[in-house]
Amino acid sequence: MLVLVTYDVKTTSMTGQQRLRRVAKLCQNYGQRVQNSVFECIVDATEFALLKIKLMEVIDQEQDSIRFYQLGNNYKNKVEHFGVKESLDLEGPLIL
Amino acid sequence: MKRLLNTLYVTQPDIYLSLDGDNIVLLKEQEKVGRLPLHNLESIVAFGYTGASPALMGYCAERNIAITFMTMSGRFLARVIGQSKGNVVLRKKQYLISADESLSVKTARNFIIGKIYNHKWIIERMTRDYPLRINVAEFKEISGQLSSIILDVRACEDLERLRGLEGQAAFSYNKALGQMILQQTDDFYFRSRSRRPPLDNMNAMLSLAYTLLANDMAAALEAVGLDAYVGFLHRDRPGRASLALDVMEELRGVYADKFVLTLINKKIVNKDDFYTKENGAVLMTDEARKKFLAAWQNKKQEKIEHPYLGEKISWGLVPHAQALLLARYLRGDLDEYPPFLWK
Repeated sequence: MLVLVTYDVKTTSMTGQQRLRRVAKLCQNYGQRVQNSVFECIVDATEFALLKIKLMEVIDQEQDSIRFYQLGNNYKNKVEHFGVKESLDLEGPLIL
Repeated sequence: MKRLLNTLYVTQPDIYLSLDGDNIVLLKEQEKVGRLPLHNLESIVAFGYTGASPALMGYCAERNIAITFMTMSGRFLARVIGQSKGNVVLRKKQYLISADESLSVKTARNFIIGKIYNHKWIIERMTRDYPLRINVAEFKEISGQLSSIILDVRACEDLERLRGLEGQAAFSYNKALGQMILQQTDDFYFRSRSRRPPLDNMNAMLSLAYTLLANDMAAALEAVGLDAYVGFLHRDRPGRASLALDVMEELRGVYADKFVLTLINKKIVNKDDFYTKENGAVLMTDEARKKFLAAWQNKKQEKIEHPYLGEKISWGLVPHAQALLLARYLRGDLDEYPPFLWK
């Protein structure tokens, strides 16, 4: 299934910037970055659970927020893209 | 059932594959040209000569992602395999059978039955779908010949004779294969199989399709804990994945041949996609290989019902299903190996 992960991490302090980098790195391990703090992850239920647990460990619930949008397996007709930074279709033919 | 993950094909020879976290990063002259999470992949096929980082190879070996290196022309160079998976008992059983001709033949003949049966149904389907465009009488005759060879194979107790029967069946089928090309017949024809090098367009595509299929098959066998190099029908030879070639026999027709025919008959490829070298070898252009691989990936996603398991799976999982059934047979859970009988 496709899960959209978006986050806001408060970066006014040093630790905030650290958290931001960690969150980005974690998300990147599970999916691809489509916009600055927006990731599209194609994961199964286990991987999704893992990702959630790991992210919860990193963020500071007082200052940051993370949102997960579950788009299911038939996500292809739910996503439209305009403009620059076309993303890779991870389930289509991958030929480089 | 296992989930079918994606395969990454790298067709540019100057791309280096490296690892970053759980991502594969593709570098071209130190520039990043792509990055994708590895958990979406089950294999990586690289054409050309630049390599992959040891860290990436280690990561993939641990997580059962197959990396295969090929030359630009699609000839197999190397495959990265990690620690042997599965159990020794199963592999010992495999070696035991392989060492004994009379035991080998019992398994080997089921591969061949599957192969001939599938060839027969390709031919029967053609007579049903295109009665006006092919020579129906000849096709029916070939189909009849194949039916009678299947009966001989069923009773065959000798490996040499089995190979003879297979050759006979292949000869009959090859006569029909050329006639199944319905479009662009000036540029695509099939007279006989030529390899190393392939000498015409059709053979060039068949070679690539068989190589891809053999890699998928070998990876599937390794995944269930079998040794892809120890075969029953194909004898041992260094560097040859004999068991993969064995199990692949039954899929050659329905998987690879039909795929190539579709490319021609739907005009997905045309004569401009090929060029001839001085030694007569026919190769696909880089663009054509991309089209070929894209179509191959799409074919893998297509769903069929597995005739033995009765479950809907994608074509790409058929090698895995067959590997699983073979392992079950070797363990003694099944009385006979059930070949993939397509209809």
